[in-house]
Amino acid sequence: MSAHGQSPELLARFAVSPARKRRDRLARSSILAGTIVALIPLVLILFYLISKGIGSWSWSFFTSDPTGNTFFKNSNIGGIKSAIVGTAEMVALASLIAVPVGVGVAVWLVEYGKNSVFAHVVRFFVDVLTGVPSIVFGLFVYIVLVVGTGSTYAGWKGSVALSLLMLPVVIRSAEVILLLVPASLRESALALGAPRWRVIFSIVLPTALPGMVTGVLLAVARAAGETAPLLFTSGATLKTSTNLGQFMNSLPVQIYSDVTSPTVSVEHRAWGAALTLVAMILLLNLIARLVSRRSRLA
Amino acid sequence: MEAASLPGGDRGLLSRSPLARLPDRALRLGLTALAALILALIVYFFIRLVGEARPVFAKEGVFGFTFANDWNVSAEKFGALPLLLGTLITSALALLIGVPVAVAGAIYVTELCPQRVRTPLTVLVELLAAVPSVVYGLWGIFFLAPKLQGAEQWLADRLSFIPFIGGGLVTIPNYFITGLVLAIMILPIVSAISREVMTTVPSDQKEAALGLGATRWEMIRMAVLPYCRSGIVGGAMLGLGRAIGETIAVTILIGDAPRIGAHLFGQGYSLAAAIAVEFGEAQGLHRSALFAAGLVLFVLTLLVNGVARGMVLRAARPTKSRPGGSSSTGNVAMLASDAAAGG
Repeated sequence: MSAHGQSPELLARFAVSPARKRRDRLARSSILAGTIVALIPLVLILFYLISKGIGSWSWSFFTSDPTGNTFFKNSNIGGIKSAIVGTAEMVALASLIAVPVGVGVAVWLVEYGKNSVFAHVVRFFVDVLTGVPSIVFGLFVYIVLVVGTGSTYAGWKGSVALSLLMLPVVIRSAEVILLLVPASLRESALALGAPRWRVIFSIVLPTALPGMVTGVLLAVARAAGETAPLLFTSGATLKTSTNLGQFMNSLPVQIYSDVTSPTVSVEHRAWGAALTLVAMILLLNLIARLVSRRSRLA
Repeated sequence: MEAASLPGGDRGLLSRSPLARLPDRALRLGLTALAALILALIVYFFIRLVGEARPVFAKEGVFGFTFANDWNVSAEKFGALPLLLGTLITSALALLIGVPVAVAGAIYVTELCPQRVRTPLTVLVELLAAVPSVVYGLWGIFFLAPKLQGAEQWLADRLSFIPFIGGGLVTIPNYFITGLVLAIMILPIVSAISREVMTTVPSDQKEAALGLGATRWEMIRMAVLPYCRSGIVGGAMLGLGRAIGETIAVTILIGDAPRIGAHLFGQGYSLAAAIAVEFGEAQGLHRSALFAAGLVLFVLTLLVNGVARGMVLRAARPTKSRPGGSSSTGNVAMLASDAAAGG
């Protein structure tokens, strides 16, 4: 039958019935509603974080330690200097541990392990590591480094706990990027007579570098926000310390102790510290995104 | 270069001296050792954790510890049922609330929304993953819980005919608010994985459905959702793993009362919260009980994540053969939501 000769009745038979149309519209609008609901918490969190946190930001908030008197309403309760310094130091040391180990394992997986049984076992265990709750990492470091050495909490033990958390993120992201390095690059270097290690160090790693930086930054952002693994590894202290062998304060732990403190006046400090922490983490995420856009591989 | 110093012969000219091969061997050996280290670390960890938990298991029995309803530190009674139930109730609530919203968001982004808003929407949902869990706790206890207390009381009164759900007096920290905040926290990962899986639906299947006269929704229901079912379930399970292991936000929001809450809007406890709260002062058997709680938590997340990874991998298999490009950006997205883990 030709399209011209169709009667209106015939066309009507193929039309979408009102009931189906209604169901379609209903489903689509509930999907849209769900999407909007998903965005509400983000707006609320950012709004309250900024409106509550910005008020407590001041020069002295960033340059004093939280050692002030919290008992009287009008006394100065102190800022978050020790927490910022502690977080920066511990996360830096954690990255120094996690990045070389993580990239090393990823290089092994891509260049040597490939599809061997052992490589699959390693991948499985990396996945296991991803799923381990962060507080359990804290327990582990406590067993091995605090009880095991018969000593107390220290900043570097917190770093070890954080590096365990970062490892799976670094390994997984580096592996994904290394897999994207074209095989032809490797093959031409090998064909020119370069040994395997030179291929890895002069061809594979430099090509993958920008992409790997993204994964590392995301891992750093994750580690910076962690509280649980630090509770009984780095301890909590109020004074600024640059010695990783001693107790060390950190932003998340400071916020946690302020939130759970019975004193009301420290609530403002918690909001200010939270805004600082979120700003730091969002900045890292932003840089990670920009770097990954620059990368030719990712 | 080094080949010139070698004696002649066809292969000999091309082969390297043993000394020149040394760095290659060293690198291979070193990297293999590094990979083996990861394995050894986890196995060692597990053994040590079991060792530390043994005293309490010896006293209460593994079953008795896990399922007895009696967590009384001063009487040295350690039955972790209130903790376990708190973990399970809040995580189940998180799934119940979070997964439909996350899947709706994923469907909207992949199938319905205009091209222009696709990336901004994705980035916005992923931003939720960048918020540290202690900040969720802070926001939940100082903003969300007081604001919602009235609404919760209303709901509890309406639902008072269902045992455990309603009827009682709503406290500010409670199971429900914890589940709600956990739902927000697992949104990014569930949504990222659902999105990832939905992009693998072959477009000819979707076009075929539309060509046969299906409406958009019928196309989603008949072509997209069945294809992604196991992937979505896997993503939800990964979210469940997150919710189970979440520590600090739960500690702040659940009320830390060492008993089974009287109802959904009452205070309770969770495995991770008990460790975070009590570990600092714990001694002897109490400390061992907390290690045992950590072990239960570890095994629970291991099971959930194992099942989840299997399901996601099976669902995402078609992506494996796809060359580079989109799948790699998806992986980066997954990593971003990985940042939401823990506490």
